[in-house]
Amino acid sequence: MNEKTKALRAAFPVTIPVMTGYLFLGMGYGILMNSIGYGPLWTLLMSLLIFAGSIQYVAIALLTSAFNPLYTLLLTLMVNARHLFYGISMLEGFKGAGRLKPYLVFGLTDETFSLLSAVDPPEGIERKWFQFFITLLDHVYWVAGSVLGSIIGAVISFNSMGLDFVLTALFVVIFIDQWKGTKNHIPALVGLGSALLCLLLFGQDHFMIPAMVLILFLLTVFRKRIREEEKP
Amino acid sequence: MTLTPAQALITIALLVLGTVTTRALPFLFFPPNKDTPAFVLYLGRVLPYAVMGLLVVFCLKGVSVTVAPHGFPELLAILVILGLHLWKSNVLLSIGAGTVFYMLLVQYVFV
Repeated sequence: MNEKTKALRAAFPVTIPVMTGYLFLGMGYGILMNSIGYGPLWTLLMSLLIFAGSIQYVAIALLTSAFNPLYTLLLTLMVNARHLFYGISMLEGFKGAGRLKPYLVFGLTDETFSLLSAVDPPEGIERKWFQFFITLLDHVYWVAGSVLGSIIGAVISFNSMGLDFVLTALFVVIFIDQWKGTKNHIPALVGLGSALLCLLLFGQDHFMIPAMVLILFLLTVFRKRIREEEKP
Repeated sequence: MTLTPAQALITIALLVLGTVTTRALPFLFFPPNKDTPAFVLYLGRVLPYAVMGLLVVFCLKGVSVTVAPHGFPELLAILVILGLHLWKSNVLLSIGAGTVFYMLLVQYVFV
């Protein structure tokens, strides 16, 4: 077996949890896209090129309201700002990726990041190819799931009211998993508390930017305390 | 469709641009031949936890506790997800059952 085949075979089992999640979330996305009049080709285009679940769900609202390019760009930057932190976390991890690096950076979704930051390649598997196939498989799952959902949505008609809760469910589940995975709950509580406080103070249309600023501020001020908690 | 195809394509292009920007910026700012500041690495470690809390609130921002159904469908569905996930730790089951439960609530119970 050559190096790449070995890396693919090592990467596949690691991606199974993301496969189930992406097929499901992708299908939900495709069904919603179809319900607003955007068929399989539009869904394919978006899932292939954007490859970011939460902003694609948010984009459903953008595609059904008046054309506003500036707001679209700002909202995308804001909703995806957390990817800045994934990038920062992967600065070390992507150092040896060479020509594969641009694709790894492009495909650094929440779920791909959660795998790449947590799983090391097995003995004898080249890290960059292991990372590449994890990213590629996740990309394939997302595109396949969303196009499938779009086709299902076109063939079968049903009441999809409340389906958008799938995104809330996803984030709640990730939040629980993160909570269980660490003893240091200060960062999670800082995020939740800052967001709630700013939502109350600034209202639902304007709270995201103040909440992000407050989170950065609190994590900076309490960094000594948080580092203490991190020690075993 | 509210937008013309051209407007939809521009919207998609901006979604791509914004997403690629947030993913690529750290690698442009902190090239591999330079040491990344310790504070930046610290943020990279703790921010994913904080941002997930922010995103949960982002998803629920439209819920009103003063207007019927007072956020009960969301609260109940999240409790189901919490219970299921602590019990079975199965991501797909928690998301799937939680979403279907929520859809049943808003379509049949809290109408």
